[in-house]
Amino acid sequence: MTRVLAPLALLVAALFVASLLVGPASLAPLDSLAGLFGGGEGPVAMVMREIRLPRALLAAMIGASLGLAGAAMQGYLRNPLAEPGLIGVSGSAALGAVLAIQTGLSAAFALALPLAALAGALGGVLLVLALAGPRGGALVLILAGIAISAMAGALTQLALNLSQNPFAVNEIVFWMMGSLADRSMTHLWLALPFTLLGWLLLAGLGRGLDALTLGEDAAQAMGIDLARLRLLLILGTACVVGAGTAVAGAIGFVGLVVPHLLRPLVGAQPSRLLPASALGGAAMLLAADLAVRLILPERDLKLGVLTALVGAPLFLHLIYKTRREMA
Amino acid sequence: MRLSRVISLLAALLFGGAVAQAGTGWPGDAPRKVVSLNLCTDQLAMLLAEPGQLAAVTPLAANPRSSAMADHAADLPVTHGRAEEVYLLAPDLVVAGQFTDRATVDMLRRLGLRVEEFAPVYDLSDIPARLARMGALLGQEARAQAMIDAFTADLATLRADTPGPRAALYYANGYTSGDASLAGQILVAAGFRNIASEMGYGAIGALPLELLAMAAPDVVITGRPYPGASRSEAVMDHPVVSALKRGRVAGTVTDRDWVCGTPHVLRAVSEMARLRRKVEAGQ
Repeated sequence: MTRVLAPLALLVAALFVASLLVGPASLAPLDSLAGLFGGGEGPVAMVMREIRLPRALLAAMIGASLGLAGAAMQGYLRNPLAEPGLIGVSGSAALGAVLAIQTGLSAAFALALPLAALAGALGGVLLVLALAGPRGGALVLILAGIAISAMAGALTQLALNLSQNPFAVNEIVFWMMGSLADRSMTHLWLALPFTLLGWLLLAGLGRGLDALTLGEDAAQAMGIDLARLRLLLILGTACVVGAGTAVAGAIGFVGLVVPHLLRPLVGAQPSRLLPASALGGAAMLLAADLAVRLILPERDLKLGVLTALVGAPLFLHLIYKTRREMA
Repeated sequence: MRLSRVISLLAALLFGGAVAQAGTGWPGDAPRKVVSLNLCTDQLAMLLAEPGQLAAVTPLAANPRSSAMADHAADLPVTHGRAEEVYLLAPDLVVAGQFTDRATVDMLRRLGLRVEEFAPVYDLSDIPARLARMGALLGQEARAQAMIDAFTADLATLRADTPGPRAALYYANGYTSGDASLAGQILVAAGFRNIASEMGYGAIGALPLELLAMAAPDVVITGRPYPGASRSEAVMDHPVVSALKRGRVAGTVTDRDWVCGTPHVLRAVSEMARLRRKVEAGQ
């Protein structure tokens, strides 16, 4: 177990430090660390504490959330194509967040924004699970996902197009592709409570998901309450995806790629895949966020562009494999 | 120069010209029905046209957030820039901006209408040329010349000669303007040094928040949020921007006086000059 988790944890730590040291302002590494940990109110301290630290923390947190949610959904549906971005959960969360902002609800009280995104994500998960059924056949799952993604995306665009604010329409790209640029500690505090709650709910699913690999009947015979498992999965996924999307937009493919890459390393055992996938997701999003700052730093490249460039070919590969198995 | 004096000068600009020209305007070959398709040509035309000569303007011209002449535009018909409605008005002349929808401009030309395009103003010294061109198009050369003379004189009075405090323009989505833009020129005329120009920004570009923090400007001048929230504008309330403003004088860009190259930019210059004096008093 530690053979997989320890290297992953080291990788996350290294990428986290790199994320703190990379940015448009060229600061010497030692000055940066002094600015981060030492007192003082100078510009370096401000850059480190108010710009780079929240960015790195959010990348690690949201990446872990997406990896964890992907692994849990794939375990429950026993389908490697289940992923919060692909099946429309992230898109529904973005719709919730956009509606909260456009109606002014997000200004009404602090947690309104993540709560609205959580409600959107909850709607997305419920719809997918209702449409795909408990066994989650690959074709139905993907069709349901496409429909929900398209509907959530269209409603998001409609809400932004109807806004009287001249900047709102430009934000469609942010909500579809995600970005961590210029986020602050405020965003971290908004997302943190729901993320922690979601992690807690999802982390407890390991034993149930292990049993489920033997089939539903066997799992029930082993004393697994499938209705409860399903409820925890829905709530946990909605919490982590909703909170992450509310502050960083819909970031796709992390929950698809990471569990797929790590599954062979943990002997395809869901309970071991959950923590590994969380660490892997954090590493992937930290790396993607480093890449958007190193490639075309002045263009504000969106995170989802990079994760999709990595994820979409893998997605095609998985579909190809699924087709062969079905044939 | 005091703001009240600028306002009275502008009032003289707006109304004095009309009085001086009364009876002589409206030469025989001037277009009698002019339609404008761009906020800035709207305002140039409103400044110079005879009553009745300007047949329609854009809806933005009547919006007090974006237009310095919203009151004036309130009495004029509007079009939404669609070729069909413009053609049905049968104008003798259409004035448009260089960035007006290409398809619309080409369509109007195919339909045989005369369309004159105006490039955006990037420098205060472009404003007399724009006034002169609009004056010539409308057959109001004398009125345009009077306005140019007044503008040049007022600008000379307002313009600060010594470079003063360092300022940063910071708009929605983290954009800023350097000296090669009208906003940058307004700052320079008011006696600020623009940090964007120190960093090599020419016209408009995205200024990373980190670089803004490191530049530590004496004053941050942000845009004024539009109604209906947006996350593009939320960056102007980022803790870093708030920290840069804390305990200091802060400025706001009043879009209507900043976006178009008309004599109304003098209001922006005098507002910024006032801000500069406040910053200098606090230093």
